[in-house]
Amino acid sequence: MSRKLPALTPDNRAFWQGGEQGRLMIHHCGHCDRWFHPPAPVCSRCCSRSVEPRPVSGKASVYSFTVNRQIWDTALPDPYVVAIVELVEQPGLRFVSNVTDCPVDAVHVGMKVAVHFLAQEDVWIPLFRPEAQS
Amino acid sequence: MTMGPFNAAVTGIGQSEVARPSARSGMQLTVDAALLAIADAGLTVADIDGVVCWPGDTDNGSSFSPVGPLALKSVLGIETNWMSGGYEGPGPLTGIINAAMAIGAGLCRNILVFRTITESSARLVDRNAASLANKTAGRDSSFFWQWYTPFNVRSAINLIAMYAQRHFHEYGTTSEQLGWIPVTLRRNAARNPKAIFRDPITIDDYMGSRIISTPLRLLDCDVHCDASTALVVSRGDVARDLRNQPLRIEAVGSALKQPWSWDQISLTEMVTRDVARMMWSRTDYKPENVHMAQLYDGFSILTLMWLEGLGFCGRGEGGAFVEGGTRIALDGILPLNTNGGQLSGGRTHGLGYMHEACLQLWGRAGDRQIEKHDVAVAAAGGGPLGGSVLIVRD
Repeated sequence: MSRKLPALTPDNRAFWQGGEQGRLMIHHCGHCDRWFHPPAPVCSRCCSRSVEPRPVSGKASVYSFTVNRQIWDTALPDPYVVAIVELVEQPGLRFVSNVTDCPVDAVHVGMKVAVHFLAQEDVWIPLFRPEAQS
Repeated sequence: MTMGPFNAAVTGIGQSEVARPSARSGMQLTVDAALLAIADAGLTVADIDGVVCWPGDTDNGSSFSPVGPLALKSVLGIETNWMSGGYEGPGPLTGIINAAMAIGAGLCRNILVFRTITESSARLVDRNAASLANKTAGRDSSFFWQWYTPFNVRSAINLIAMYAQRHFHEYGTTSEQLGWIPVTLRRNAARNPKAIFRDPITIDDYMGSRIISTPLRLLDCDVHCDASTALVVSRGDVARDLRNQPLRIEAVGSALKQPWSWDQISLTEMVTRDVARMMWSRTDYKPENVHMAQLYDGFSILTLMWLEGLGFCGRGEGGAFVEGGTRIALDGILPLNTNGGQLSGGRTHGLGYMHEACLQLWGRAGDRQIEKHDVAVAAAGGGPLGGSVLIVRD
């Protein structure tokens, strides 16, 4: 089914559209040489404005997850996995996504996953699947 | 002599019917609660000079909060020196904290604090009324929700379930342990004539209840209701002359040291530790002095994290602490959510914990009255928002 899509802004556009070139774009602070998410016009740690989106490897591990069983909408997959993935680039660099392309019972904390993208309108939603399949 | 750091005390409480659903409007429920609270304090409407609420009417009468302070002050004809509402505060106890601050700053003598919710009647019209399906209109431009709704996060449970999963992973907490929270609270609800669910449940019932979002089950979720809860907070010198013994607001926890985000915070502590550190740093009381805990149970795992964060047990030890239910029972070392909480009593959402704490502190809790009742902690919130209140009967 079609997903709820974000409204694009100068702050979030790289994250939501990087998938068009097959790249996961994450904001990076040039001053403290640190990645951060969600994207913002300033680094929340050092207040530097030397920030920009840069491509990351797209490799991650599952930090936590849930298998949704409640039927919120009959058009949604049943069941489906919502996960918080942690990117390999930096401990704590994480965001919410979905784990797809594997049985829901196979998902576990620490599972190695890699990004792929679901294109919808002008947005490329970054999703994750088991690394071996990517 | 001032009465605690805010020179403020709860002097009256009131609550409407707690129904699933109620035939009364949100405003009718609110007026019911407000007038009960004002009368309980021994005051009249003319004595009230402040009205505060969390979150207030943030979305044109949304069932999550259909009545705000501007509407209520108009309906009751209250002439305010201070009023406020709004979502952006440290969780569902923001109203109490704002009232204490306004009293402490000398703006008011008697403030009416209230919270109204009509999610049960809303669900008669739309079963998903309380889910996130309609949280944002059109393309999601929310600073907060745009990071969740594109991934089919349809309810806070999808996020809180990941907190539970991580807690299970890091500390070995189990569903069988977590289940003792809903099972014990149901026992409390059986002694509360206003509770929505009063029939006993067992751990087997809990384990057999259907999964909503792993590892959380139906019985981990609070129960929607229609209700309004109100309290009167009075200045110390005023409170001393009123009919009820003043319940002093000894300390509050309102510190939020992590981002406003579901996933960029500690998944296993949320803001509980930030909040608790602040509260305990401003009082000589310690967790072992507390006679009861009224802790947010929108989902049972949140209660477990508040128990840990507030220092009632060690980090990661919440599962063992609640297991068997004896420690958190009405006659245990720390009676928990003595009216059945939101899990069984009804999702009054926040102020219900304060109402129950006051009822117990005054010894007016009937069949569920606990033996020692001088010191209470109420805490509410989940994820990036939360707050706590330490309240004492001298």
